[in-house]
Amino acid sequence: MTTLRVGKQRSDKFTIYLLLLPSLLPVLVLSVFPLLRGIYLGFTDARAGRNVDVNFTGFENYKQLLGDEMFWNSFKIGLIWAFGVTVLQFVLALGLALLLNQQLRFRGVARVLSVVPWAMPPVVVGILWKLVYHPDAGLLNEFFHRIGADGLRANWLGDFSTALPAVIIVGVWAGMPQTTVVLLAGLQGVAKELHEAAAVDGASAWHRFRHVTLPALTPVIVAITSLDFIWNFNSFGLVYVLTAGGPGGKTMLPMLFAYEEAFRYGNYGYAAALGNVMVVIIVALLAIYLRRRLREAN
Amino acid sequence: MLGKPSRTGRALQYLALAAYLVFLGFPLVWLLSTAFKPPRELVQLHPALIPSNPTFQNFVQAFTEQELGRAAWNSLQVSLASAVLTVLVAMPASYALARFKSKLGTVALGWVLLSQLFPFVLLIIPIFLVLRQAGLANSHAGLILIYVVWALPFALWMLQGFVRNIPRELEEAASVDGASRLQTLRRVVFPLLAPGLVATALFSFISAWNEFFFALVLIKTPELQTLPVALARFVGIEGTARLGPLAAGSLLATLPSLVFFAFMQRRLSSGSLAGAVKG
Repeated sequence: MTTLRVGKQRSDKFTIYLLLLPSLLPVLVLSVFPLLRGIYLGFTDARAGRNVDVNFTGFENYKQLLGDEMFWNSFKIGLIWAFGVTVLQFVLALGLALLLNQQLRFRGVARVLSVVPWAMPPVVVGILWKLVYHPDAGLLNEFFHRIGADGLRANWLGDFSTALPAVIIVGVWAGMPQTTVVLLAGLQGVAKELHEAAAVDGASAWHRFRHVTLPALTPVIVAITSLDFIWNFNSFGLVYVLTAGGPGGKTMLPMLFAYEEAFRYGNYGYAAALGNVMVVIIVALLAIYLRRRLREAN
Repeated sequence: MLGKPSRTGRALQYLALAAYLVFLGFPLVWLLSTAFKPPRELVQLHPALIPSNPTFQNFVQAFTEQELGRAAWNSLQVSLASAVLTVLVAMPASYALARFKSKLGTVALGWVLLSQLFPFVLLIIPIFLVLRQAGLANSHAGLILIYVVWALPFALWMLQGFVRNIPRELEEAASVDGASRLQTLRRVVFPLLAPGLVATALFSFISAWNEFFFALVLIKTPELQTLPVALARFVGIEGTARLGPLAAGSLLATLPSLVFFAFMQRRLSSGSLAGAVKG
């Protein structure tokens, strides 16, 4: 009896591996291996070109990064972008989710509209907003003209002072739907009884939101803001289409900077080092954030 | 819901909702409007929101002059192949993950989460080197491989959920009736899994169709370009009259994902697939 069971378990194990193999193999070759290799490349002087020697250089790349003004600039822009987009996304999405959770008219229209940006390829979102921001044929400038505020017309994506805020708004627009949907799902999971009990006790709407809804929603909020932050920090296509990092590097997100280093200048090792730095920073920031949330929960 | 909000409260809520509708909707209306404007209206000093002489000219032009037609055809091929391959590869694995307890399942899920953390820049250089060694760097085959690997973690996660929803008892009943494992899979599991397979295929189709970064780096031959890359290059050619075909092409590039989202709407609004499509 025992031997039989062991035999069956073994054949089960074999079946599992056989079933998993077609998935495992490509993931190992084209995801796990490249990732490990990429991390390693960050400690080498790898460059583009066919027969170039690759030497292990330890922390040389990182020393160079520390002294690279362009990197610091791009890093600062990356943080402004990631924090700006994530916070605005969250605040606006929470507002919209709360509204959609009410019995309002036009709620259906808003629900559909709030999902459409999500369905668009990032490149198309970029193009769409280029049309809106277009200095001559753009919706925004035309709007300011119609309301008689010609002074507010601007070359939104081309001007040093407006480029980064303009790009951040696009990021918010593109990412808000997903956050809204997640928060709305979370809101619908908040027990109605708790609300009713609080209402009977005479709690105001604000109090009910602050002491009933928000605590119940916290796990969802922590999860989606963390994910949003990671996605935003690593985002590429949107800003590549909108400004390609310009004007004068004012919107040069770290990903764009790394892309240029790798594929315009061929500095593979340096670009990989930059990628490593980004991972470390994201992990550190997330660790701080999650620890604080955890402490608040206890 | 509870004690009706005051009249001013309601009014403020509608005001806020209207603001959201404008913010979310107007850029979309503008894209539509630009796509249907004839050249003369595009270069007008003060463009109108609604084109006075709507035309399909831009769509025709986008597909004939700008080689968007070929790019769309490339995208279609690559996305279809990725979708089919992803489903074929993910099907057995998701069954194993759902039906057998294995450490590997936890590891796989951990990898899904971990891989989100890493910027593509770290992946793309080694992937580029691996593909170049295999002679696949500047080819659709290479791109398809990447898309399969890229969609796989989420496809697995999604499909194993569908497998879990098929009651184990059905399979046991079939095997008691003398059906072999393969027969059980083919006659019982497979038909019940069909909606899940369709959803997974659609998901991988869309993620390949929308993907930009890998296609930008890996494909060098203009004839092999996919639609997002072709559109992004099109942006470079400024000229206001060019905006019409650009908008038209963008609109068509969005259609497949719109169909997908319409299809998945119910699931999306229940939040169960909320992590599905990364922006």
